[in-house]
Amino acid sequence: MSIDLPAGDRPAKVAFYNDPKVRSVAYQVALCIVIGVLVYGAASNAIDNLEKAHIASGFGFWHNTAGFDISQTLISYSNLSTYGRAFWVGLLNTLLVAGLGIVFATILGFVVGIARLSTNFLVSKAATGYVETIRNIPLLLQLLFWYNAVLKALPSLRESIVIPGGIFLNNRGLFLPAPIFKNGFLFVLIAFVIGVVVSVGFSVWARKRQERTGQQAPVFLTTLALVVGLPAIVLVAAGVPLEFAYPEAGRFNITGGLEVVPEFAALLFGLSIYTAAFIAEVVRAGITSVSRGQTEAAYSLGLLPGPTLRLVVVPQAMRVIIPPLTSQYLNLLKNSSLAVAIGYPDLVQVFTGTVLNQTGQALEVVAITMAVYLSISLFTSLAMNIYNSRFALVER
Amino acid sequence: MTMSEGDLAVTELHFVRGEMVAQQPPPASMRGPMAWVRENLLSTPFNIVMTILIALLFIWAVPEVVKFLFVDAVWTGADRDACREVVQHREIGACWPFVWERLPYFTYGSYPIPERWRVDVFFLLLAVGIGWLLWLNAPRRDLGAGYFFVVLPIASFILLHGFPLIGLPVVDTNLWGGVLVTIVVSAVGIVFSLPIGIVLALGRRSNMPAVKLFSVIFIEFVRGVPLITVLFMASVMLPLFVPEELSPDKLLRALVGIAMFAAAYMAEVVRAGLQAIPKGQFEGAMAVGLSYWQMMRLIVLPQALKITIPNIVNTYIGLFKDTTLVFIVGIFDLLKTIEVARIDPKWATPVTSTTGYAVAAIFYLIFCYGMSRYARATEARLAKAEKR
Repeated sequence: MSIDLPAGDRPAKVAFYNDPKVRSVAYQVALCIVIGVLVYGAASNAIDNLEKAHIASGFGFWHNTAGFDISQTLISYSNLSTYGRAFWVGLLNTLLVAGLGIVFATILGFVVGIARLSTNFLVSKAATGYVETIRNIPLLLQLLFWYNAVLKALPSLRESIVIPGGIFLNNRGLFLPAPIFKNGFLFVLIAFVIGVVVSVGFSVWARKRQERTGQQAPVFLTTLALVVGLPAIVLVAAGVPLEFAYPEAGRFNITGGLEVVPEFAALLFGLSIYTAAFIAEVVRAGITSVSRGQTEAAYSLGLLPGPTLRLVVVPQAMRVIIPPLTSQYLNLLKNSSLAVAIGYPDLVQVFTGTVLNQTGQALEVVAITMAVYLSISLFTSLAMNIYNSRFALVER
Repeated sequence: MTMSEGDLAVTELHFVRGEMVAQQPPPASMRGPMAWVRENLLSTPFNIVMTILIALLFIWAVPEVVKFLFVDAVWTGADRDACREVVQHREIGACWPFVWERLPYFTYGSYPIPERWRVDVFFLLLAVGIGWLLWLNAPRRDLGAGYFFVVLPIASFILLHGFPLIGLPVVDTNLWGGVLVTIVVSAVGIVFSLPIGIVLALGRRSNMPAVKLFSVIFIEFVRGVPLITVLFMASVMLPLFVPEELSPDKLLRALVGIAMFAAAYMAEVVRAGLQAIPKGQFEGAMAVGLSYWQMMRLIVLPQALKITIPNIVNTYIGLFKDTTLVFIVGIFDLLKTIEVARIDPKWATPVTSTTGYAVAAIFYLIFCYGMSRYARATEARLAKAEKR
């Protein structure tokens, strides 16, 4: 049965204010107007308030002399340097602690995550206890604990703990022997680079040969020999062009050597231990997401437990693990801003803390700081999206 | 089948048992505690090593903690001398008299003593509201939601801030502190982040480009920067953006920052829930002629929020821990009151810091662990409901 509509008959025309398209445009225009008014109001108030408080605006302060000292600097810096230089010092300190934190948190997180799935009752319960405790205590509290209750409670300079090998540990930090590279050390570096390049080439060749003929090559041993053995031989052949500057304990100070300030150690400890608990959960979820049938199928093909894990389970689990793992790395980077609570000179402490207090230019300083974190976050999400679109499981 | 004499030799060779043998218990090595130990602790050489290492760790760590918290702890005393090794001539653990004396400070901050009953009433009202919402079989949960999201915020403001017309003098927020501030900041975050987050999530999935753009910008911006910078922005930039006479007080600024931050994270959680709703639900709602808001309110959000409950609670756990950061912009939350109390000369001893931090850790551990157990129980309940 069909209904014959008279030709040219259209549904009754709706009033224009009931037309969804008109409404949608009207809503959006209204929203834009509201946001525009808010932004305009905020901006004009800000200009008013800044004029009243006689605060300069603009980024001219970037080239002014900072006039304050920073306890840990990776690039040369003194109190005569500019605010711009202080910014770079802070940013590098942030990246240093975040980079090392990511390495340690990943190692610890993978160990704990795999331990939680262990068949060993004691091991899995210990890992569960670690994750549940650490995840449920605020990071800031953990940082304060490490800094004030552990590192600051170490013995004073006079009663330093001396670890054989010229290492001193006291409440001013950890003092390690600093390596001094002499002339011939360049050859060792060159040998190392050659070793890395050759071992990459060897593993590519080995994989191609295995795909072609099925024969396996000892990739791990060859890589070890090339990356560790070759530089070691060159080091000995060049007459060990390496010395250590040992820290020396004076009456009031320890001179020489490599100094690790307690603020840095506390932040690194706290961040790694806290983030590792979250990474452990990510790893556990990833491994349990690979169905048991995959393992059983691998066993029935005759693979041993080791190769099964390496060739079947881990590659599939990584697909699930990597996206949340990246967001944990970003969290670690953002959490490193808690340095301000224990006085480690990271970007927030140096820039949003000291520079903001000295210049009073809140708008510019907070905007620059936010822009740094924002661009790192957005860049990482972009990279993540590309990764996901390349490695996502293609289903039929 | 019957057997004849001549078949005897054959039957002897082909003996078939007539009756069942009584079932044997499994061998001794496969049952009982010893088998469990062998299976779970000592199955491979590597496992044996791990078991020994972990056992050693426990044997070392557990007595240390017990010794610090209980055995060597000081239980009574008037000032720091009670907790000093030099004075007491023994090993000293936790310094509990410090906690007893400072407990009111940790709870109320500097809230005026005659007015502290108001805080107690607030805690009670809040506990009732939370209990009503969390207990899934409670009567009239719709009223409970109204109570929690409308009545409670107004009542708490009148109680805590004061309302001179009914005889409650105003208490300046500078005097608030301790657990009170921790609870207020997290409660404000919890109450405001969900509705704002829902609006932002709907905005992000909207067909209107302008609405979508603003939602995406807000969410990605807030999620891309650390909470500290958001708090700094709220505390140093917000006063610039409003006329001088309207300048909000310090606590309010931090509350705005926390609510904005939590809303952006909540938006992503709600969006994940919305994405899990099949397209047919939307189309069905439109086909029966519901408007956009009717469709969301009656069909989509009830389903989306239900499956998101565990993630919402997990976001709340994160929010509860993150409230400690208000300490950095100078607000006296629980952690800040402990920081202040532990360096007070009256109680300054080598163990005071650790004692204070232990108290804070236990407080956060109880609340966060409780919330995560709740989230897990809800998840299990939802999974059971799904399985038909």
